[in-house]
Amino acid sequence: MVFRYLSTRHPVYQLRDEMDRLLSGMFQSAPLAAMARREGPAVNVWEEDDALRVEMEVPGVKNEHLDISVVENELSIKVDLPDHDEEGMTYHRRERPVGSFSRVVPLPVEVDAEKVSAELSQGVLRVTLPKAPSAKPRKINVSVAE
Amino acid sequence: MTDQEKVALENASPCEQTRSGPCYRPNVDILEKDDELIVMADVPGAVAEKVDVDFADGVLSVHAPVDESRQTDRKYLVQEFGIGDYCRSFRVSEQIDPSRITAECRDGVLRLHLPKSEAVKPRKIAVEAH
Repeated sequence: MVFRYLSTRHPVYQLRDEMDRLLSGMFQSAPLAAMARREGPAVNVWEEDDALRVEMEVPGVKNEHLDISVVENELSIKVDLPDHDEEGMTYHRRERPVGSFSRVVPLPVEVDAEKVSAELSQGVLRVTLPKAPSAKPRKINVSVAE
Repeated sequence: MTDQEKVALENASPCEQTRSGPCYRPNVDILEKDDELIVMADVPGAVAEKVDVDFADGVLSVHAPVDESRQTDRKYLVQEFGIGDYCRSFRVSEQIDPSRITAECRDGVLRLHLPKSEAVKPRKIAVEAH
């Protein structure tokens, strides 16, 4: 299985990724650093004030091919993309991945598993994971001592 | 299809851009049927209405711009893929009827149908028995 972002990157970026992977244990939180040893389609993760957002590129995937679950502090995305062989066809080139693959994304903050939502549009899966109340930023008012 | 024709389907010309920003080369599947070639390209996040398929001088070029609202300055915790337009071009042999090329974009996959011209379609030859 070949993924665009792994295989076709310029060697300089591969080197950078490798350096990132080596150094990430020192500077990053441990769960996210563990993702450097990934398999499966690429994900982007970012944080907003009230939610974590995960984006994954899954071209050709439909709702029924997806299985998304949140267990404790891990988001797991399984994709089962059936092979699209048809009768009377010859493949001259086959770069697009097929088959089943999965990703487990360790979540750096506590999320409200009940309110997790996901949408699929134009081959991009977006998962929104609202933070648990305890993980949301809270403004602390400082009272002036008399 | 001969090896030579397969090579001819390789990238024909480097991608030219009018917009700044990264541009990615989409993964493609190329299939051949009796009456057509099918090119399927992974273009997740591309806007179907803006996909530009161009055929000139035997070169088929595909340019699929990505939704600009996605290209924001996010502070990623993990970034494994970049967001940008897709472009790739192919040299197509003369066996293709350029006027009947069609394209559709669904679920982030662009599917191009390149019908073979009548002259090269396989034809069953009936043998007459005397």
